[in-house]
Parts: sequence; structure tokens; C-alpha cells
Amino acid sequence: MTSSTFHRAALVLIGAAALAGCGPSEPKTAGVPVGADRLSEGQYRQTIADIFAPDIKLGGHFEPAMRKNGLLAVGESVAAMSPAGFEQYDIMARTIAAQVVDAKHREALIPCKPANEKKPDAACAKQTLTKYARLLWRRPVTDKELEPAETLADTAADAKNDFYSGLAFGLAQLMDSPNFIFRKDVAETDPSDPGKLRLTAYSKAARLSYFLWNTTPDDTLLKAAEAGELDSRSGLDKQVARMAGSPRLQDGVRAFFVDFLNFDRFDSLAKDAAIYPVFSEKVAKDAREQTLRTLVDLLVVEKADYRDIFVSRKTFLTRNLGVVYQVPVAAEKDWEQHEFPVGDPHAGILTQLSFTELHSHPGRSSSTLRGKAVREIILCQPVPSPPANVNFTVVQDTSNPKFKTARERLTAHRTEATCAGCHKIMDPIGLGLENFDGAGQFRNTENGAPIDPSGEIDGIKFADSASLGQAIHDNPAATACVADSLFRYAAGRDFDAGERDWRKWLGEQFKASGYRIPDLMQTIATSDGFFAVKAAKEDAKEAMNAH
Amino acid sequence: MPTNLTRRRVLRGMLGGTTVTVALPFLDCMLNTNGTALAAGRPLPVRFGTWNWGLGMNSQRWVPTKLGPDYDLLPELKYIEAYKSQINVFTGFKAMLDGKPNLPHISGMQAVRAGGVAPSMQNPMDIPTIDVLIGDVTGTDTRFRSLEMTSTGDPKHSYSYRSANGFNPAEVSPVALYARIFGPDFQDPNAADFKPDPAIMLRKSVLTGVTDQRQAFMTQLGAADRTRMDEYFTSVRQLEQQLELQLQKPPPAEACHVMAKPADGPIGTEIGVAMANHKLMAQILAMALACNQTKIFNMVFSDSASSLRMPGEQMIHHLMTHEEPVDKDLGYQPKATYFVERSMEAWALFVATLANIKEGDGTLLDHCLVMAHSDTEYARIHSISGIPVMTAGSAGGRIKTGIHVSAIGEPITRIGLTVQQVMGVPVEKWGQGSMQTSKPVSEIQI
Repeated sequence: MTSSTFHRAALVLIGAAALAGCGPSEPKTAGVPVGADRLSEGQYRQTIADIFAPDIKLGGHFEPAMRKNGLLAVGESVAAMSPAGFEQYDIMARTIAAQVVDAKHREALIPCKPANEKKPDAACAKQTLTKYARLLWRRPVTDKELEPAETLADTAADAKNDFYSGLAFGLAQLMDSPNFIFRKDVAETDPSDPGKLRLTAYSKAARLSYFLWNTTPDDTLLKAAEAGELDSRSGLDKQVARMAGSPRLQDGVRAFFVDFLNFDRFDSLAKDAAIYPVFSEKVAKDAREQTLRTLVDLLVVEKADYRDIFVSRKTFLTRNLGVVYQVPVAAEKDWEQHEFPVGDPHAGILTQLSFTELHSHPGRSSSTLRGKAVREIILCQPVPSPPANVNFTVVQDTSNPKFKTARERLTAHRTEATCAGCHKIMDPIGLGLENFDGAGQFRNTENGAPIDPSGEIDGIKFADSASLGQAIHDNPAATACVADSLFRYAAGRDFDAGERDWRKWLGEQFKASGYRIPDLMQTIATSDGFFAVKAAKEDAKEAMNAH
Repeated sequence: MPTNLTRRRVLRGMLGGTTVTVALPFLDCMLNTNGTALAAGRPLPVRFGTWNWGLGMNSQRWVPTKLGPDYDLLPELKYIEAYKSQINVFTGFKAMLDGKPNLPHISGMQAVRAGGVAPSMQNPMDIPTIDVLIGDVTGTDTRFRSLEMTSTGDPKHSYSYRSANGFNPAEVSPVALYARIFGPDFQDPNAADFKPDPAIMLRKSVLTGVTDQRQAFMTQLGAADRTRMDEYFTSVRQLEQQLELQLQKPPPAEACHVMAKPADGPIGTEIGVAMANHKLMAQILAMALACNQTKIFNMVFSDSASSLRMPGEQMIHHLMTHEEPVDKDLGYQPKATYFVERSMEAWALFVATLANIKEGDGTLLDHCLVMAHSDTEYARIHSISGIPVMTAGSAGGRIKTGIHVSAIGEPITRIGLTVQQVMGVPVEKWGQGSMQTSKPVSEIQI
């Protein structure tokens, strides 16, 4: 073997190793202090459905979640709770508990029968509360912790002359507890390095489960935590592989994209009925689901390259959506797979209703809002806030024959010095989607003038919506953005200053996997960086000592 | 008899026949409002609230030309005519930024409501707002610490903050608001008989058990997380206090007459829908105040960058202020101005709703202080000098009303300071940086 062929062979080997995820080893990180993330609405709902039964109704509503640096998951890590917000949690706790003990559910959900239904039964109450405390608090509960709920269940059973009514009070207390509503991490001394802290196995289990499945740890995962398996590399890998191989990974992927793509905004989406008669709540609901189905199918079922979401012509439609997309849908009630033909302006998720209608005004499309959404959501590039003293008047003057289309109006806008800086980085992207009106319907003209859907992003010129998707597909910021966001979503926090090398490493792993989202999730879930913790600052210690 | 009473024994005893009042641990705040001091002759409570509309006004059509009492009403303010003698108008006061950027629709809100400079678009308020500061002093002797409402349909349209991450979301549905206040937990203060519901005590015990978890839960958390968890435990405590109140006979409230449940209707930003929901919410709130369910409220008629809209119109109100040409003959933006006038019409209706309820020797409005304000003066350029502010009601005769005060260039925090002092907050100076002031608006002081 000549030296040059040896080198080539070695390079091939290195390349193969990198593709197999055996690239550079994971950089060490110091970790961050433990926190307590509030369960999101989706997590709360799924947790109750999994622990009790899918038909259990919540009976209350959630405070609006706050987005921090682009993600609700990061907002949940700093969210407090208002009195009105807690009132609703209490209503939900009582409503859920009442259903758990009702005649319909008690047979399946209460693990024992009281000696006399009209009287307290301390043993059965304890058995039930112990079972559900472990599931709701995601860890075993001490006798001392459980005692107030047991007492309450007994006392209330006495007062109400009904074992089950009494039990409901005890169960409600478990769900009103911060141990349920907040996912609090607990750190312990690392036996392999007594100078350091590590997360307890139960905290690891909760992190894994809410990240990969968007729900509470199942019994298998809790048992693995109990047995100490999550503290070993092989045990952790085994559980992550099990969870990544389950169909429930789709729930985790969906939950991430609901957050990442700002789909909570569908809650307050409204369109003017006279301008967009095609819009309805049902269409909006289906539009949201269309994109989620498209993503799950591409990324999880087909294990496609993440970048394909910006170019893929495959999607799913209902009859409601067929009307808007002007595509016949045979299925009367169900979803139908559909592939837009080559040359069709619909290609990639940016051309789907969930993007075009969400990033528009109630009565008008908006290249600026769409360009801003591509920058901030898809590429993680925040656009500065507008200056206070601006004059947009020319943009709106549709009666001016020079400014019939959005392109003409926005060109005038981008030449205004105070606005130009920011609008140059937004509008030319959004103009690529001008063929879709404010409700996402295709159109060729605006105010009688033909629409020119060409544009530009970061120096790359494109001709129309489909080639805009290709430009995003090729933009390295798109993959960096989703990798960063997935970690920040999983950890419920922003990157720490000491994690620069780790972040770079994560990006390399993602690239080496061929930009596969399930692989990226597995990389995060099995990494040391995901679980690394350190003690809070001195002030926290002092406060702890003071108690 | 054992000397060491277990929780179980105490609870059983409480429910087993002893009178409820003996077993209940009274809180300081309840002692303040309980017992003989509250018998006949009890002074009527003074309530505080805010009322917000987005995107300001046209000063040439809104700002009265005459100062002091009996000010004149220009076209955009003519709607308040019937209640002019009970409304003060504050013009020319300034939000100061101390070199920080004017964040559109945010900086003005933080200045008026919290006396500070807004840190960023993402973090609009980072210090407590005036309603929270006043609520902390007026106490929690009502069922609800405060009530927040918006007629826009979006629960995020609330400007009541305890901290950067602790905001009080708004009720968006009149039906839900009604159910929350006048649902099964409501106790009619004028009911002839009172029987405490034992289930209420059990519910309270649920929460006491949660409160007891505080110390253990705080372990290992850093300072910021401990602060937010304290907010959570404060919210739990608030609900406990609500339940404690329900175990006692409420003092009679002569003005309390519960209205019928409103019918389900649409919710959203379309102007007709928002006006209808605002009207219903005003009625429900007025009755909640008359029935002593809360002493603090925040009503958002429209959000600070108003998303209200007219049917069939491409632009929402906010877009109009920026993109609608100024009519050369009229000298203002006619479509955007339509919303200013609807806002003032809604404000007048809100005031009328409080004024139409007789209470004591006067009206419910007489025992309120409502601060109405916007986020900008002239929205087209996001001007925050001269943000319009009004107050309605005399706070039980504690201030003069019917006066127009103009203080061009003076910090707008002077209004907030005055309002806090009137409501009994022991504060001598208020506001951040250049906006810090110790000078109340003397023109309305008694």
C-alpha cells in the first residue's frame, strides 16, 4: 500500500466512524444547578392520561405559557404561578381525583377494595396513595411525605361516610403538590467522584421520559431507576434505545415541533371572515395537524434528513384542507397521503398553511412576518425590534398605482433608511411566499398585478416558494438551529457559557448522523452533558442552612 | 387526653361536631377584618383597578384645552361627558428612558404601570405593577386577590406582573369569568342563613398539606428558583385564604345583587365582539366588587399594540396606526381614529357600569379608584411623552375629581405615586432613574 492510498483508506475509515456516531468523544461540561420546570400543558395532559386513563377530563385550563428565547420549554423553567393559575390546578386536581374514584373507574384504578365503602380504610387508602404518589411525583415517596394525604383521606372518608370520596381528597393533594406540577431535579453526591454532584436516577428518568415521550416515566423506567441502572452507561443506553424504538417517540417529536414552530399561536389565530371565507377553526386545527403528521412521517417513520422538511412534496390532507389547497381528497373523514407534483408551488413545510396562515395578518399576507419567522424560528436568528419612530404609510397605500403588490410596497419600505437594515433581512425571504395569501391560499395576482415570488436569503437568490425551500435546506443555520433548540428544549434551559465545545460537538454528531432527528435525540439522551449538574451558588447553600 | 395532638386528631375533631370557628386558625389578615369591628357601620371598602386601551389618541382631538375643573371635551373624549365630574384627566406627563431604547408599545406600559424602563421586547415587565403593589397593602380579605380580564380573547393580554416571570393572566370569556366568581363557591353576603360547608374545610386541608411541603421542596434550588417557588406557595396560600373566608359568614353587602349568567357568545378581536364582551365583563366585575369578591382588578379593553379589527378590513388597529395615510383634510388617520373613539366609548361604559350601582350614600364608583391609560400618546410614531391617563372615582372621597392636570415633561410616575398613596401604600417616592419622584399630583389631593 502506498502512502497515499493508506491515507485515503484511513480517511474513509475515519469518515465511516464519524457517520456511525463514533466521532470525537463528548467534551466534558460542568453542568448547571438543578432546577424545577413546570410541566407544560401537553405534558400534564399526557401524564394524567398515562397514569390514570385517557378518558379522564381535566376540568380546568392552564395559564398561558411564556416563550423565552424562542422556546416555551425554556419559559417553563422560569415560570412562576399566579393565584388564578393555581386556582385552576386545584380545580383540575379535584376534578381528576373525583373521576379516579368514581364508579366507572375505581375498579380499574384503585388497587384494593375497602372493607366497608361507607367507612375509612387506612390500609387501602395507603396502598392507593403510595401507588399514585410514586407515579405522580416520579419517585418513591417516604412515609412522612405521604402521611398528610393518608390522614386527609381517612378524615374525609369519616366526614363524608364514604371511603372513595375521602380518597379523592388525598389524591387531589398529591396533584396540587409542587412535586407533581414541577419537575424538580434532585442532585446527589457522585460515588465515582465524591467532589461532584450527579442527578439521582429518578431525576434522570423524568428528564428522559418528558424529552423522548413527552410524558411521565413508565413503570419500566422507574424500575430501572430503582435498580440503579440509569447510573451506568450500559443501563442508560438500554433504556434510551428502548424509548427511541417505541412508537411513543413520535409524541416526543411532535411535542418538540409544537414548541419549536410556535404552534401555540394557533390558540389565538383569527382571520377576517369576509376576506378569507375559506378560513375556519377546523381548517386551522387540520393545518396544524397536517404539518405535525408530515414531520413525524418524514423524520421518524422514514428517518429522513431533517433538511428534507423544507423541500418534501409529501404530506397528508383532509377534505377541509383539500378545499384550501385545491386538491381533491377522497377520504371523507380521515387523513389521506398526498404528494404535490414537481413544479407545484407547494414544497416543504414553509408552503404549508401552518406557516403561511400563522405568519400573516388577520386580513392580509405579510412578507415581513414570514421573513421574520424564517429568521427567528427556523434559523434561530433574532431580528432586532423596530425603531419607535417609523413611517410605514407608503406600504399600505394600495390605491397608488405604483404600489399594487407587496413587493412594490416593501421595496419602498426597504429604501427608507431607518427600516432598511432589518427589513432587508426579512422581506426578501417572505416575498418568496407571496403566492400564498393571508389564509395560505394560492394566488397568482394581488390587486390585479402579477406576483413575482422571487427573493433572496443570505446572498442566495431563489425564483419561487419551492426554491426558497431549497435555499433553507442548504442553509447551515437551519441544522444548527434545530440541534441547539432540541437540546434547549430537552434541558429546559439555554446553553451555559461553559458549553461551547459541547454545543459544537452536538452539531457534529447531528451532521454525522445525516441530520436524523431521532439520532440527535438519542445522542442528547445518552450524553453526559444532558445530565450534568453542579451545586447552586453560595446564596442557595446559605438559605438551605438557614432552614 | 394526649397532650401532643396529631394532625389526624385535630382534623377529626374539627369535623366531628365542634364548631368550625373554634377549630379554625385565624390569620392576621382575617383578624383585621373580622369580629365586632365589622358589624354594622363597617366602612365600605375602597377598590382599585386599571383599565387599559392600546395605541393612544390624537392629542389635537383628545387633550382638553382647559385646565383644572370643568375641562372641555374634544371629539375623542366627548364620550365621557355624563361622568366628567368624576373623571380626572392627566396629560403631558412623560415616560423617561434614561438612554435606553423606546421599545414600541412596551416602554410606555412599564413606565405608567411599574415606574420603570422596560428591559427588552421579550421581557416587558421586570418589576411589580401598581395593582400588585396596592393589592399587597389592601390585603387579602376578599375571595380573589385580584381579577384580570380582557375583551381581546387572548389571556396573555394582561399587564399585571409580580415579577418578570410572574404575571397574572386575563380571563377571556364572560361566561368563565362569571362561573369563577358566581359559581358554586360563591356565598351570597346577604343570605339569611349561613352554614359552613365541611367540604371547604377538607379542601383547605388539602392545601395546608401542600404548603407544608415548602421547606423540603426548596432544598438545592438556586435563588431565582426559590423566588419563583415562593410565588407558587403564595398562590397556594391565597387559595387557602379564599377557603378560610368561605367558612365564615360574609359581612352583608347591600349593593350585591347577583346578575343572571351571561349567554355563551363569540370571543375575539373583531370590534363588535370585543365591545360586547367588554360590556358583559364590566357588569360581572361591578357585581363582583359590590359583593366584596375582590378589591383589585385589571381590565384590558385592547392590548398595548391593539389587535382589534373591523370586519372586512385588511389591517388590524395596530397596522392602521402605522400604515394608514393621514387624511389631509381631517389631519388624522380616520380608520385608526375610529378605534380610539370606540375605546373611549367603552371606557365611558365601564365608568357608567360602576356609577349605576348604588352603594352606601353614593355609588360603587365613588368607592373605587380606576386608573385608565394607554401605551402611547400618538401611536403612529410610538410617542411616549403625554401618554393619556385618567382616573375615575374618588376612592371613597380621598381625592378630588373632575379635574384636568397637565404637566408637560414631568415624570408620569407622579400619577402612579399619587394613586398608591391614595390607596394607602406607605410609599414616599416611586419610579426608577429619572422617573423617580416624591411629588404626588397635588391638584387632585384633598
